[in-house]
Formats: sequence, structure tokens, C-alpha cells
Amino acid sequence: MAMDITSHKHHISQRFNIELDSIKTHLAEMGGMAERQVNDAIRAMIDADSAMAEQVVRADRKINAMEVAIDEECVRILAKRQPAAGDLRLVIAVTKAITDLERIGDEAAKVARQAMALSRDGQAKRGYVEVRHIGEHVARMLHDALDAFARLDMDVALRVVQTDQTVDLEYGTAMREMITYMMEDPRSITRTLNIMWSLRALERIGDHARNIAQYVVYLVKGEDVRHDSAEEIEEYIQQED
Amino acid sequence: MLDDITKVAPSAAERIKIQTKMPTIKGVEGFSEANCMTHEKVKLEVSDLNLFYGKDRALNNVSLQIPEKKVTAFIGPSGCGKSTLLRCFNRMNDLVDNCRVEGQVMLDGHDIYDRTVDVAELRRQVGMVFQKPNPFPKSIYENVAYGLRLQGVKSKRKLDTAVEQSLRGAALWDEVKDRLHDNAFGLSGGQQQRLVIARAIAIEPEVILLDEPASALDPISTLKIEELIYELKNQYTIVIVTHNMQQAARVSDYTAFMYMGDLIELGDTDTLFTNPSKKQTEDYITGRYG
Repeated sequence: MAMDITSHKHHISQRFNIELDSIKTHLAEMGGMAERQVNDAIRAMIDADSAMAEQVVRADRKINAMEVAIDEECVRILAKRQPAAGDLRLVIAVTKAITDLERIGDEAAKVARQAMALSRDGQAKRGYVEVRHIGEHVARMLHDALDAFARLDMDVALRVVQTDQTVDLEYGTAMREMITYMMEDPRSITRTLNIMWSLRALERIGDHARNIAQYVVYLVKGEDVRHDSAEEIEEYIQQED
Repeated sequence: MLDDITKVAPSAAERIKIQTKMPTIKGVEGFSEANCMTHEKVKLEVSDLNLFYGKDRALNNVSLQIPEKKVTAFIGPSGCGKSTLLRCFNRMNDLVDNCRVEGQVMLDGHDIYDRTVDVAELRRQVGMVFQKPNPFPKSIYENVAYGLRLQGVKSKRKLDTAVEQSLRGAALWDEVKDRLHDNAFGLSGGQQQRLVIARAIAIEPEVILLDEPASALDPISTLKIEELIYELKNQYTIVIVTHNMQQAARVSDYTAFMYMGDLIELGDTDTLFTNPSKKQTEDYITGRYG
């Protein structure tokens, strides 16, 4: 039975409605915070803004704390309400999604640390085009994945999964580019490695956003599509209930 | 530790095999086909069953199959017909005035509503346990031996063996073995219920019908009964009616959801409680039914 967006609001128990609403709201807040972290980390790198980078590293703790808090909420619901069907899938999907959001926070902090290192030695901005490009992609993916979760929109979720394939390809291209830089000028190896770590972190953020998008399919359809290709997921989505 | 886990949990490939074996219910209207469990041996088969109390229709065209040596649970709000359906399986409804049954209930391929059926023999094959424990005002021993004595068993040795086996089967032996000749009313509610189950299995039925067997019991006794149900399904086909959805989720292999005399959905319990295919089922099991 596919879920609709208001379905968690119609329980006989009002308190259960409130509890489910609360984990959804908190997930959205945590998602918003992760999104901000990702955007700030990318900007800190491109603008060589070490103050902003430091702020990103510091703020990661808030995301960690939110993960713990939401996890507790979910455990409490499982223990007290024994949710079933769509409610159960919501609670499970939220516990999984917050794990990915927390990792996204970690990756954003990694990018921020590389940004600090890069701004310290302040040389030519080689490789920043790739960072900006892939960064824009994954930031959009994260935004869409969270949006898909909030609105139970499987088409948007599918788009995220598809974009992840593009990002993986672009990541491969960017890596080759970085290797060329290092071969051309061995003095740039340290710098270029910093850029590579950042690109790697951004690519991982894309993977986590894709995971979140896949939980949306689980949430709505009850199908676990974690290990399915975009084409297979598309098929599931088109299947009638 | 890891060994244990790998032993218990089916591998991904096995899981897929299990899934494909499961009945597919999605998108099928009219449930006669949907409620087939082709891979299980069918013990009871209900086709187009209608039941009327006077002019009121309590069951509407119910068709389903109950697999052998599995636990099938009926859930649904009060008055949905689940107890009525259960009582059809050993013709307890015959005892209700102006109750009329149309359609077929087949036990091992034989229509139990056929005129030639000996109802007493049917009820020996299909035993029943009710919501409130109803031991006879006799000793524990005599309660269990009662059915056998009715069947004409006189040998003390045979009776002793049967009583012990039945009490062990009902997980009550250790608690009562030193006071078999005390009055059954001296037992706690949970023990009385297990005594009644021992009485039911003493006559070696094939099917056991349980009508809310744990609803009058405390949580620990309830768990004992549930554990017992799990043990019993090795030997018997079990059909249980319960108001407690978590109980259905815990003890049953298959769950049927009924509403207003209709069978809405029947599926394997794991699927029904994580991803039911009907909105009415989802609303009921998640507590949205008003």
C-alpha cells in the first residue's frame, strides 16, 4: 500500500501523530543544516575563506547531536508504539536517512579542512572549476533528495539516483585531470592532493544523497532498492500498487 | 555468534526464493484467487461462504485457504465476522438459532457441511479453545483425560501417558505434575488456559481453533501461550482470532484481515505488517481505523 504525504496524521492516537510529525520535522531541520554545511564548505574552498571553513568544521558537532537526538526519538516510537506498515517504514527510513546526513556533515567538514589547508598556501586556483562543478551537482542532489523525502516524491528521488551516475562519471574525469596537473608540475602535488580529497568527499556526499533518495522509494512503495540500478528503480516506480 | 546468525537468517538468494513462493495479492480484485497459497498444503478451504443470523448477513462471500501446520491469524475490528468464520470450521454455529450457512468449507477436501458428516467426530478433528479458560470442575488429570474417557479409553496406563504428553505439549506439566489430582480451579488463569489447550490436544485433533486465547491473561501468561502456539504448529494446523495485532504479528505465518463480514486481505504475516496491499488493512494495523 503506497503512502501518501498526510498519511501519518490520521491516527486515532493524536500523540502518535505528533511523534511521527516531529521526526519528520527534525529530519528536515537536520537536512537543512547538512545542506548549508555542504554549500558553505564549497564556498569556503572556492573563495579561499578560511574563517567560513572553520565555522563549517565547528558546526559539524551540531549535526552529530541532531543525529543522536532523532535516533532516540525513533527508538522511543518503536518501543512505545510498535508502528506497522507505512508508519514502520517511515521510522526506519528516518533512522537510515539521518545516518547518511551525519556522514554528509563529516564529508562537508573534510572539504572545509582541505579549504583551510589550501587557503594557507594561497597558490593558483587550479582544479577549482571541478570542485565548483561537482559541488553544485551534489548540493542540488542533496536538496532534491530531502525534498523528495518531505513530499514523498519518487520522480524527484529517481532524478537524484540518475544524477549520481553523472556525478560518478564526472568524478572519474576530474581525477584524471588532477593526475595530469600533478604530472605537469610535481610542485603542485600537495595542493592537487588536497583538491582530490575534496572531490572525493563531494562524490561521497552524492552517494549519501542517492541513499536518501532510495529510502524514499522504500518509504512509499515498500521496495528496498538500495542495490538496484536507476533503470530498475524506474520500473518499480512505474508499477501500479 | 556470527555462525548462529548465518544459520538462522536465510541468504539473499533464499529470501528471494521465499518471496517468489509467496502468494501475490497485489492488484487482484475478488479474493478467491488471491487467497490461494499454492506452495502450502491446504488443510481447510473455504469457498463462497455466506453466513446469516436471521436476516443479517455476517459473512459475505468469503473464500480462503488455511495451510496445514501453519498458524493463520484473523484480525479485524469487533463484529467483522472473524469469530463467526472461526466457528464455521467446527460447525459451532449450528448451535446458534436461526443461523444459516451457504457455501463450502472443506477439511482435507471433504465438505464439513455435508449431511453425512458426524459433527462430534468433526469437533474431535477440529478442537477449539475459547477466550475465557473453561476447565471442568474436576481435577487437572480428569480434565485432560475427559475426552479420552468419552472415546472409551479405560486403560490407566494409556490415560496416564496421554495426560502427561498433553500437559507437556501444553507446557504445563512441570507446573502441575505434583498436584494432578487437585481441582483445576486452583490453577491461575494462564495455567487454566494451558490446561484447556492440553485438554484439546489430548484427543489428537488435526486443527486447533483459538478464539482470543490470551485476551483474558496477563502479559507473561500471554507470552507462554504464544510460545506454545509456536510449538504446537509443528503438529497441528492452527487458526487464531485475536484483537491484539502485535500478537498476530508475533505468532502467525499468515494473517487475514476482515472487515464488516468481508475478507479484505490475506497474506503472509511479514508482508501484511510491513507493506499491506490494501488501504483498509494499512489503516487498521496502523491504528487509523475510526
